[in-house]
Amino acid sequence: MRHSKKRAGGLLSVAACVALALAGCGGSTIDDETSANKSQAAETGDCGELNLAVNPWVGFEADAYVVGQIAQEQLGCKVNYKNLKEDVSWQGFGTGEVDVVMEDWGHPDLEKKFMESGDGSATDMGPTGNVGIIGWYVPPWLADKYPDILDYKNLNKYADQFATSESGGKGQFLGADPSYVQFDEAIVSNLDLDFKVVFSGSEAASITAFQQAEKNKEFLIGYFYAPQWLFADLPLAQVKLPPYEEGCQDDPAKVSCDYPETVLKKVVSTEWMDEGSAAVDLVKGFEWTNDDQNLVAKYISEDGMEPADAAAKWVEENPDKVDAWMS
Amino acid sequence: MTATLAPPRPADPKREEPPAVKGRGIPRWAWALGVVGAWLVMWSFTKGEHTLELPVREHTDLQDSLTGFRDSVLASRDTNPLIQFTYNLGEWFVSVVDWLQRMVSIPDFPRPVPQIGWLGVTAIATWVGAALAGWRIAILVALSFVSFGVFGFWSDAIDLLIITFVAVVIAVLIGMPLAVLLGTAGRTVTSAINTVLDIMQTLPTFVYLLPIVLFFGIGASAAVVCTLIYALPPIIRIAGYGIRSVSATTIEATDSAGQTSRQRLTKVQLPMARATIVVGLNQTIMAALSMATIASFVDGPGLGQPVLSALIKNDVGGAFVPGMLIVVMAVMLDRTTTAASERAELLARGGGDARLRRIMLAVAGAGVLVAIWASRYYPSAAKFPETSWGPRVSDQVDRFFTWFTDTFGGVTQGVADAITEGLLNPLQSLMAESPWWLAAAGILALAAVFGGWRAMVPTVICLAGVRLFGLWHDTMITLNMTLVGTLLVMVLALVFGVWMARRKSVDLLLRPLLDAGQTIPPFVYLIPVLALFGPSRFTAIVAGVVYAAPVAIKLVADGVKAVAPTTLEASRSTGCTTWQEITKVQLPMSRGSIVLAANQGLLYVLAMVVIGGLVGAGALGYDVVLGFSRSEEWGKGAAGGLSIVLLGIMIDRIARASAHEDKATKDPTKRPWWKAAR
Repeated sequence: MRHSKKRAGGLLSVAACVALALAGCGGSTIDDETSANKSQAAETGDCGELNLAVNPWVGFEADAYVVGQIAQEQLGCKVNYKNLKEDVSWQGFGTGEVDVVMEDWGHPDLEKKFMESGDGSATDMGPTGNVGIIGWYVPPWLADKYPDILDYKNLNKYADQFATSESGGKGQFLGADPSYVQFDEAIVSNLDLDFKVVFSGSEAASITAFQQAEKNKEFLIGYFYAPQWLFADLPLAQVKLPPYEEGCQDDPAKVSCDYPETVLKKVVSTEWMDEGSAAVDLVKGFEWTNDDQNLVAKYISEDGMEPADAAAKWVEENPDKVDAWMS
Repeated sequence: MTATLAPPRPADPKREEPPAVKGRGIPRWAWALGVVGAWLVMWSFTKGEHTLELPVREHTDLQDSLTGFRDSVLASRDTNPLIQFTYNLGEWFVSVVDWLQRMVSIPDFPRPVPQIGWLGVTAIATWVGAALAGWRIAILVALSFVSFGVFGFWSDAIDLLIITFVAVVIAVLIGMPLAVLLGTAGRTVTSAINTVLDIMQTLPTFVYLLPIVLFFGIGASAAVVCTLIYALPPIIRIAGYGIRSVSATTIEATDSAGQTSRQRLTKVQLPMARATIVVGLNQTIMAALSMATIASFVDGPGLGQPVLSALIKNDVGGAFVPGMLIVVMAVMLDRTTTAASERAELLARGGGDARLRRIMLAVAGAGVLVAIWASRYYPSAAKFPETSWGPRVSDQVDRFFTWFTDTFGGVTQGVADAITEGLLNPLQSLMAESPWWLAAAGILALAAVFGGWRAMVPTVICLAGVRLFGLWHDTMITLNMTLVGTLLVMVLALVFGVWMARRKSVDLLLRPLLDAGQTIPPFVYLIPVLALFGPSRFTAIVAGVVYAAPVAIKLVADGVKAVAPTTLEASRSTGCTTWQEITKVQLPMSRGSIVLAANQGLLYVLAMVVIGGLVGAGALGYDVVLGFSRSEEWGKGAAGGLSIVLLGIMIDRIARASAHEDKATKDPTKRPWWKAAR
């Protein structure tokens, strides 16, 4: 017992030393910063809180943090980033927990439930300027070595080589994260392709599969999409399917055409929009290109920057674009 | 992601010897072989018929009506009084968590830092550690807290502690009365409670994540509730067990003194069960921590968030560091509660110098106040200084991982293919390509062989349920993966368990690794495993094995170690070789533990089915993930989740019934079942 008393005393003196050492360091104190924050808040006016959903892919993160960064620095909003899947984000519009979803790839089911046709809690805020290209992709080495593989008509020729232990003797087609729009099973069967769709189950699984296939020069074909940060270091090649025509995807069982190009759009909470936050115009005005988004996404995923830092860097480099959104 | 921490009375259906009941010369395994033989013959004529395979985007009517039910609840959310009530409850959770966060983890605007900075928080935690569990633990606590900051995840780590704390406090408030009920009530009540607890622990979290969001909202409230649901069962089960096991003679003795049942509870049963109750608390805390990553799917604050966001970027190193900090936190909390309970026992017996301790704590308390004061006024004591340790470790891990996949990728792919072609595919073909009625009859017959009548009834109910939910084919694929996974777990458990029991150095080396294996969030090792084995059923099985093997290995090791040294000496004196010693003495004598390990392994592997759905394993796991991801598939996801519950309950009941017929596990000297938990 005695020696532990000594130890306690030691601990105390260590704490005291640390405190004194800290007291010694100069620079700004917490009180200074507190009053600075107060005066800044008074200056920029009250934008209030901005609840930004962050759906789980890096391109989305890029959109959300660029808008969030501007809202915070230039409009003085308190920005809350909420990491949520699409379905959950849309549920949050009605409860005031989510104000903005920056990148919507099309969710007819959710639109029916939450836009005008449903409870009206969600409102379309127009395009982000990004165009989503969903399709069938192969790793670059495969496209280089067998260029004819890029036409779906030649796929059956290679079906054997695409076979894996999961595909039951047929070629394997790697389906994607369950949350994406996909008709691959129907396309495979309606085009008489000798393939079986195996679902990767998550974006991470798909990306790993493509990276490994390129590294080990393996056969792989699967569902993927652009804009996506992976294209920066792995330019996947798209396989040509029968071209998309209006209405060819209306009946999910009969789809035999390529995916349409998706105009990505912003969706916001109706209530938040009606309250007229200072950030409403910013979100409405926000519009950029696939290259812009890929650049920020690259900062985040490849250069390992914090999303907020990556966004700040882009905002600093592109003042004219940002100004256009604000006006 | 559910892990049944403490299923009662286990046994493995596959390694039984003839039971006394229907022994009569024909051993159980022979009956089982007969059943499998008959199944094979029937299968060869009927395979591919009536398999009830349901294409990925098709639904049955029942699944559609489940979706419809969800939609109508959603549509009524502004008027439904129940939702209003739970929503208000959720907001209350949010405000409690938010208040705590502003106190200790996030800036409390307009302050640039929380009210109490890192130095103050660390000092308080260290002091609490010292008060509860002594100075050695205090040092562990201090080091753990500093490591949160050094690796750059200070506020995430403190957020996770806050969520865990709130959820565990509520779990104790709700759980203790139920534990008393479980410990004192009659058979009907206890079996009703147990079934509900089974469902809570087997239902994949993804299934109830969306309803929770609907009823409680997003973020901290959803995180608290989903953590609560998963963490509640251990304390009820284990504390209930403790209360029930207070010896009958003690109770009789106090009864004769004329006490009321309330007095009996508060003066005798609860104090005597204190040690067990603390074990329950400990398990509840561990279960709460294991929800960290899942909760971040609905924006729950905490260390799960960086793990999940690293997963999105395929950043192995980035997920590793916060993942290891969750392990650090688990070790810290585990050792603290354990030491606290030992100390409480010691003090209850009048040990230790209470006065001296109080003086020391008071002195240290003054130091804590100084630290809090400093952390309120000085930036470097308020905000953890940035270091480059976190990124540096991430880079090293990344480099190691790249080297590892490049070097061993070919070998591992070979192993994966061999097991898939040799074991997984043939078995799956038998179970999933049989007509549903044949598979059902086969499973039922095997249940009867191993568990007798006792197993038949639950098996029939569960199979009927699976048939009803319309995902029969997927359920069979999942069952098959679970069985193959358990087989691999048992191979590992026997090899490493025996090795650990026989070599102290191996035990010392492996045990911390096993602890980490149990606590590290599966998402951390998902990407490395994916890179090694590609998106496949085998990847899911590997993830399940990593998760389940530690428990099984520890159980086998403890069981083998418990074989009396005198028995071993006796066998040695008769000239046994090492091999004979293991196979003829140690393994047979630790059969109870091995059986228990197999049962636990099975349930743990099953718990990873949903994670498997994220890495290309398809089947029920994919259905659940699909239901979580796409609103129109909700009903199918729910049906998938309920099928997993039915599968888990069926396996557990067959195993229990089979244990009931088994001599080894009937032995009253067997270890208490709650030791199974860790």
